[in-house]
Amino acid sequence: MDKTIQIIILGIIVGTAARIYMLRTDYRQYPSYPHGIVVHVSLGVLAAALASLAIPALMEKEYTAITFLSLAAQQFREIRNMERETLSKLEELSLVPRGLDYIEGIAKVFEARNYLVMFTSLVTTSVALWLGLLAGIIAGITTILISMYLMRGRFVRDIATVKPGKLHFENSLLMVDDIVIMNVGLEDQREKILKDGIGVVVHPKNDNGRAILNNLGQRQAILHDVSILVGNKLEVGEPDLTPLMRKDVDTGKLALFVVPNEKDLECVIEAIYRTPILESAAYYPLKSTIGKSAAD
Amino acid sequence: METAISGAILAIVTTQKDKVASGVPVFFAKDQEEVQRTCILLSRVLKAMTHDLENGVYILVRH
Repeated sequence: MDKTIQIIILGIIVGTAARIYMLRTDYRQYPSYPHGIVVHVSLGVLAAALASLAIPALMEKEYTAITFLSLAAQQFREIRNMERETLSKLEELSLVPRGLDYIEGIAKVFEARNYLVMFTSLVTTSVALWLGLLAGIIAGITTILISMYLMRGRFVRDIATVKPGKLHFENSLLMVDDIVIMNVGLEDQREKILKDGIGVVVHPKNDNGRAILNNLGQRQAILHDVSILVGNKLEVGEPDLTPLMRKDVDTGKLALFVVPNEKDLECVIEAIYRTPILESAAYYPLKSTIGKSAAD
Repeated sequence: METAISGAILAIVTTQKDKVASGVPVFFAKDQEEVQRTCILLSRVLKAMTHDLENGVYILVRH
């Protein structure tokens, strides 16, 4: 087989492998549907094919071939729109929605992964052309691992500590420690909340953490992840069991209230720690001089 | 998505006739037990949350 063809095929294979590797389904269960996987793998193959062709085409002095890459970028923006639309529609019938920020984050990740596939294929074909097929494979795998490491993002664990809080009522107000959560009028539900509910307090580690947790989208993401991981007893017509997060305006700490399926405090705390920090919520006031001097 | 009024008081349940005026449906109950029972029923029917104003007046609000 012609060496150029071999290199192009290698680029496609490594790129597709990268896409499949990045498609691992985790607890967020998205995209867990077989058709969702088919959509993403197919687009991954296309991305890999386009990028694999670029370098060999340049070597053949086919300079216009590079314009195909811009076409790809156009296509992958569509993926973001597709993901956003699908998830927003699913949101309407969700008891504890993800929130727009979380959806935007997920959509962005899906778009970015296709660019990572293209980058992997580009690196693989360039190295393979230069140093041989084996070197190309190694370079491709290294690129996948490096990009996954760089794209792993941060978690609530990095910006805050979570401690158990005392769930109690002050007349009709449900409180976690000294933070008001909501007003509950039904006595039966008050008893149920005290019996089955869990209250924890999220303490931001510094002003960056405080700014991030101040974002309502980030709070909704935490509530969504907690509800998925430990379950919740919220039901249509029983809004008293809605999981909520409320802030102590003076200190910036947040109280979280949830009625999980099993009353397991450790699992709730771990679920909060594992929630990703959303890109749209990531503010870093401490990186500015004003933020730094305001913090002390 | 179903179309529904949210953020507004949908109904009031109370034992105290002098505390409320008209404007929204008001349900008068003879005692605290009936207030709680009516609130549970209305909560379920209206998919709304019962809030206690701590003066004997309970409001139902859909959030």
